[in-house]
Amino acid sequence: MRNSAPQLNNEIIGLVESLTNASGISGGEGEVRSIVVSQIKSHVDNHHVDALGNVLALRKGEGKDALRVMLSAHMDEVGGMILDIDQDGFHYFDVIGKVDKRQLIGKSVLVGTDHLPGVIGCKPIHLTKPHEMRQPVEINDLRIDLSPEGSGKAHPGDRISFSTRFTRNGAVMLAKALDDRLGVAILIDLVKHAPENIELLAAFTVQEEIGLRGARVAAYALNPQLAIALDATNANEMPAWDDSENIYYNSKIGHGPVIYVADGATICDPRLVRHAITIAERLGIPYQLRQPGTGGTDAGAIHKSRSGIPSLTISIPIRNIHTPISITHIDDFGNTIWLVKEMLASLDRSLLTSERA
Amino acid sequence: MGLLKVPGLSGYEKPVRLLIEDAWRPLVDCLSISKLGSLHGYKAGNGNLPRPSILISTHMDAIGLLVTGLTGGYIRFTKIGQVDPRSLPGQGVTIHGRKSVPGVIVMPPARLLPPGYGEKPVEIQYLLIDTGLPHETLENTIRVGDLISFSQQPLQLTDDIIAGHSLDNRASVAALTLCLEELHSHSPVWDVWAVASTQEEEGGVGAYTSGFQLKPDLAIAIDVTFAHSPGTPDTGTFPLGGGVTIGWGASIHPGLTAAFRDLADRLEIPYKLEIIPHRSGTDADGLQMTAEGIPCMLISIPIRYMHTPVEMVNMRDIHRAGRLLAEFIIQLTPNFMEQLVWKD
Repeated sequence: MRNSAPQLNNEIIGLVESLTNASGISGGEGEVRSIVVSQIKSHVDNHHVDALGNVLALRKGEGKDALRVMLSAHMDEVGGMILDIDQDGFHYFDVIGKVDKRQLIGKSVLVGTDHLPGVIGCKPIHLTKPHEMRQPVEINDLRIDLSPEGSGKAHPGDRISFSTRFTRNGAVMLAKALDDRLGVAILIDLVKHAPENIELLAAFTVQEEIGLRGARVAAYALNPQLAIALDATNANEMPAWDDSENIYYNSKIGHGPVIYVADGATICDPRLVRHAITIAERLGIPYQLRQPGTGGTDAGAIHKSRSGIPSLTISIPIRNIHTPISITHIDDFGNTIWLVKEMLASLDRSLLTSERA
Repeated sequence: MGLLKVPGLSGYEKPVRLLIEDAWRPLVDCLSISKLGSLHGYKAGNGNLPRPSILISTHMDAIGLLVTGLTGGYIRFTKIGQVDPRSLPGQGVTIHGRKSVPGVIVMPPARLLPPGYGEKPVEIQYLLIDTGLPHETLENTIRVGDLISFSQQPLQLTDDIIAGHSLDNRASVAALTLCLEELHSHSPVWDVWAVASTQEEEGGVGAYTSGFQLKPDLAIAIDVTFAHSPGTPDTGTFPLGGGVTIGWGASIHPGLTAAFRDLADRLEIPYKLEIIPHRSGTDADGLQMTAEGIPCMLISIPIRYMHTPVEMVNMRDIHRAGRLLAEFIIQLTPNFMEQLVWKD
């Protein structure tokens, strides 16, 4: 199944590396935005940064009435923000986006635009009572420690990202913020190699992790005829504690791009779902359907924009989403690029007038 | 910093031992390895034979994890040494199988755990390691008993402050190395045995077996102690960068505590007295009871977040510990042992 995956060049893997090593917490996407703009500016007919910080770009197609297709990928990642400093020089913080408090202890972090190195520690086990170990540590009881000399350099409002560096182990990539820098990398690649039959409206969005906020205004501004959100979704494949089968896995790595039928924010346009499946099966591109459930992507905001926009989400499956280290399979990344390109290349205006279901 | 990048789990200290051998080789007369893997560096004194000898022990092993099984493409594991499972989810690791494999510790969601977990911390037997590799590849690469170390890279926070895994007890290894460097330009009267001991985190086995083999007249353990950090009690913890601690308690000879305090005062090396009511939980406990008994001392370096992958130390405290040890050895006279009496 995997032998058909397209070979990816070092350039795009290098792009994933620089995108995932960059910090871009919701509302502070500047580092990612800089990479995006420098990557796309010579390949688009125009681009601008809007009021929220979205990067909106247009690449014209052939002919006057090319279908206007919006593709979105969110630049922001989950993280945190410094709230205050205590009397001993340690920093209170809160998380931004859905981060489980149990993922925070013992991690190294980068604070602010200067990437000040810091750590989140905990009381040594030798000084911890057994009953304390049975309770989670609340975020309010954790601190960011920049060391006694470093503590004066950070300020309330500084954003915090995990300090994880990209690692590759054969076909496996380990990094933070694979959600959704993989989507950002794919959208950059699409901008560079867009099919000529469509007008590509690329939206590199902000604030997805705190409520799909960038996509909402991006969709209004771009006013597309249809939209595809490119995102990352959890591959929650581990067995249960007693080794029984886990039937709620959401998606699986190594099984191809994840096509959404419905999540917590969107019922995807059935014609677009069918189109994706048809193309994948015709070309032998591996794909999987996401188990319908909770969660949301930019499509959740886009499909409700203006008078309604037919929308679909396609995600790359990743393990351990919203934690310091996520894992993805390089073939899923390559096959997603392949599938989305082929879907766009064979998009026909008739899809929009065909019967929905 | 190099010391913080290599593994050296209790009982499997070779990777770190090789680094220490390289650092000590030019500083000592000979190196040898004990039956349990401890590294002995010998530096002959210039006094008349038979010369007294002093042993300085710093354990080089670190806490870590061990593979207990493979399940559905994931790895189950247990711990070596004391590890708070609450510090594990999301932690990067290296599994030392037939090849080194990068992975991450994952916390299954509540519905994959026994009933009643909710948002409670997940115990170590239910945590898993994810490598992203298919089950068949794992079966060919990793098996039960393989070692797992933390892959957290060392961090330089400021000029003096570093953080990383295994500062317990690599901070002390660095201090002992600095001590040997300082001794290199001096000719102490006493013989010196520098020992990088094994298996401290599993009961101090390396230190007391080396003590038995080398039979020193005095022994000093150098280890880490608790620095103030959020949530720690006010007593029994020490300021990071505020100096070393000089131990006082049953496992320490009171004459040595007095001698070290006098020396530190004279040299104006900042220190705190560390009160140790029971056993110290360091190499000193075992060394004291070796053979017919050895007068022991414990010098400690305060670190924050002990036994997490983000332990933090101030390099100035490491330098202070190295200097204090070296100066103590340099001023030892041939008849020091006769002065070390119980003042009852």
